[in-house]
Amino acid sequence: MIAELGHYALVLALALALVQSVSPVIGARAGDVGLMRLADSTALAQFGFVALAYGLLTVCYVTSDFSVQNVFENSHSQMPLLYKVTSLWGNHEGSMLLWVLILSAFGALVAIFGVTLPTSLKAKMLAVQSWVATAFYLFILLTSNPFRRLVEMPAEGRDLNPILQDLGLAVHPPLLYLGYVGFSVTFSFAVAALLEGRIDAAWARWVRPWILVAWMCLTLGVAMGSYWAYYELGWGGWWFWDPVENASLMPWLSGTALLHSAVVMEKRNVLKVWTILLAILTFSLSLVGTFLVRSGVLTSVHTFSTDPGRGVFILLILVVFIGGSLALFAMRAPLLKQGGLFAPISREGSLVLNNLLLSTACATVFVGTLYPLILEVLTGDKISVGAPFFNVTFGPLFVPLLLAVPFGPLLAWKRGDIYGVVQRLLAAGAVALVGVAATFAAAGIKPVLAPFGIGLAMFVMAGALSDVAERVAFRSMSLATIRRRAAGLPRSVWGTVLAHFALGLTLAGIVCETSWNSERIIALKPTETVSVSGYDLTFEGITSRTGSNYREIAARFAVRRNGLQIATMEPSKRVFPSRDGMTTTEAALLTRGLSQLYLSLGDSKADGAVTVRLYYKPLVLLIWLGAVVMVLGGALSLSDRRLRVGAPRPAARALPQPAE
Amino acid sequence: MARNLGFLLLPALLLAASPLYAVQVDEILQDSALEARARAISSELRCMVCQNQSIDDSEAPLARDLRLLVRERLNAGDSDRQVIDFMVARYGEFVLLKPRLAWHTAILWAAPLLALLAGLAMVLVSMRNRSAAAPEAVPLTEAERRKLMAIGHSPASPHAGEASNTQGA
Repeated sequence: MIAELGHYALVLALALALVQSVSPVIGARAGDVGLMRLADSTALAQFGFVALAYGLLTVCYVTSDFSVQNVFENSHSQMPLLYKVTSLWGNHEGSMLLWVLILSAFGALVAIFGVTLPTSLKAKMLAVQSWVATAFYLFILLTSNPFRRLVEMPAEGRDLNPILQDLGLAVHPPLLYLGYVGFSVTFSFAVAALLEGRIDAAWARWVRPWILVAWMCLTLGVAMGSYWAYYELGWGGWWFWDPVENASLMPWLSGTALLHSAVVMEKRNVLKVWTILLAILTFSLSLVGTFLVRSGVLTSVHTFSTDPGRGVFILLILVVFIGGSLALFAMRAPLLKQGGLFAPISREGSLVLNNLLLSTACATVFVGTLYPLILEVLTGDKISVGAPFFNVTFGPLFVPLLLAVPFGPLLAWKRGDIYGVVQRLLAAGAVALVGVAATFAAAGIKPVLAPFGIGLAMFVMAGALSDVAERVAFRSMSLATIRRRAAGLPRSVWGTVLAHFALGLTLAGIVCETSWNSERIIALKPTETVSVSGYDLTFEGITSRTGSNYREIAARFAVRRNGLQIATMEPSKRVFPSRDGMTTTEAALLTRGLSQLYLSLGDSKADGAVTVRLYYKPLVLLIWLGAVVMVLGGALSLSDRRLRVGAPRPAARALPQPAE
Repeated sequence: MARNLGFLLLPALLLAASPLYAVQVDEILQDSALEARARAISSELRCMVCQNQSIDDSEAPLARDLRLLVRERLNAGDSDRQVIDFMVARYGEFVLLKPRLAWHTAILWAAPLLALLAGLAMVLVSMRNRSAAAPEAVPLTEAERRKLMAIGHSPASPHAGEASNTQGA
């Protein structure tokens, strides 16, 4: 009964979405405020029904109701409660339900918080949001119904894919989806603005908080996915340029560009056409990402569905929404008035450079990911595009981008003074040179690019700090002045400083990990010792134990430094009988400051020895710490007064009609 | 007896049943310079039965065979280039994670540059259009002005709230 109720709730949500797709548009055309306001109520009700459907499926999972096919295929009665809840989105049908849950939640949030929006813009925005929702409700109900029952109820479930039984994976998909789907809000706003036929700085101000929220979630989601791959896949790598990773990187790159171009639009009322285009493209890339992962076009760890019918359906959604919105853009964009003038050397100019490089990087990932597919379809040639290609093409794009980061915030709007900025960045440049020299002195000349990477990271960090030093009149040396001006700085400035500083942190982590990562691959017998970077690990023996739904072989290692035992590490291998003996590698990680020892277990030999792979990864945690700090910067910016303080709630009034 | 033995063997069996490991101890070459070259080459070659994994990362038996083959060729005195040519001749271009520049990969390799140039062209054209168009300010209507004020954005000073940083040096 519970599954049927959930199914029914989803059908009701579809019905509401259909109403919301049509009524606000008619209302806006006829000037009927009532019809337009109807969208607010339907958006809330839609969210209510999808949440109900989602909650009911969760109940099926928690109670291990294996008569529901989706639960049977992805759950197990002995699984810990947490994974019972999270395995809902560890499969195709459930994750699509999560997708529409988040989509409808964003619709409801706009309905609630969009009080300052002009009624007709809001109505059209919610209508567009509902068009997207309708497509995905139909997709779920017609091709991927998670509530389908089995005729005979099996006694036990098939269990969740073992590599997905992990805390990192419990939070990774929801964050990623919050990011992907969050950009649906900016997409809907962009299409609504095109339908309205007018767009201005106020539009950017309304949309910016939504861009920020989506960007923060996507940043966390991508970072989380990277960290999960790092510790769960057992190879010690943190980015593989896997097509599925690329699918999340593309919206991140264009979303980051959008975040910056929206600033220009808000402050200076320029780059309007470009910002609208980016808003459309970012969500389109999210849809492409969903298509790539969900259609089974690419098969990888992440692909749960390989049903071509679903692929065709998503492709159809893709064509309709991307094609439709771009056609609308082509029709309406020439009507949008360009804003003010600016010199090439100016804050606007630097943000244009940011957008140029980020978009190029995004295009590179796009072409690199899809080229093999397209080539194979067209000519039958099979080629591979992997990490070596992206490493070669990404560096030349990101080095100038990172070099330019400290300049942007220091340049004035309209017309900047590049010599003045260079002077103000002399201190940061000096810090960077000291960093290069110190790295050369400490680490030698191999690898030769590493010291420059460190120097660049320090330049980015010191540059962010010089921005804030400049603003608080640090050189005045008067503590009172500094404190007063620091308190007076808008939070968005602090947000920028923090996010840019974090970029330097991530870069430093990447450079350290790739340049000075030490590795040992060795077979050890009990009591034998392996050493890496001053740590001695002694193999103490193997224990086997039984977990809730797996058996585990763990090897125990004592970790010593200068003869003193500081910790033990227990890498293990897990075997899941319910999944035909599928094995996962559970690497052991020992965190020392920001560096980590990474120990992963391999084969055992006939003589009782085990193979281990041991890494010392210096400052590796900076990679993800940088992402977290970036998000904190975003949060600070989001809490800025100018985004928080809305207009007083407008009284009901007649709407000015857009001139036709 | 057999049962006892089986119990003792269980851990070993479990480990043996697990997938083979990426680079294994017995594969590693004595000569560390040669081994370093082997690792570098391995990370450029794709494990054909895996999803987007290099043979250096992969646990598949095929990847192990390829790793051994790479080391065999290096031991035989091949240069890096010769080893890669050998692998391509044997397994086709699919084995390369970084495709070679050829007619059918020209667009792939040119993509970053083309995207950058297209972007630059867009920027230049829009800059030109912008400066060609007279800087005309479209005045706000009274209703819009009131609304802007209500949002907290004074139209008289569009940069209120933004810390001033326009002082010249």
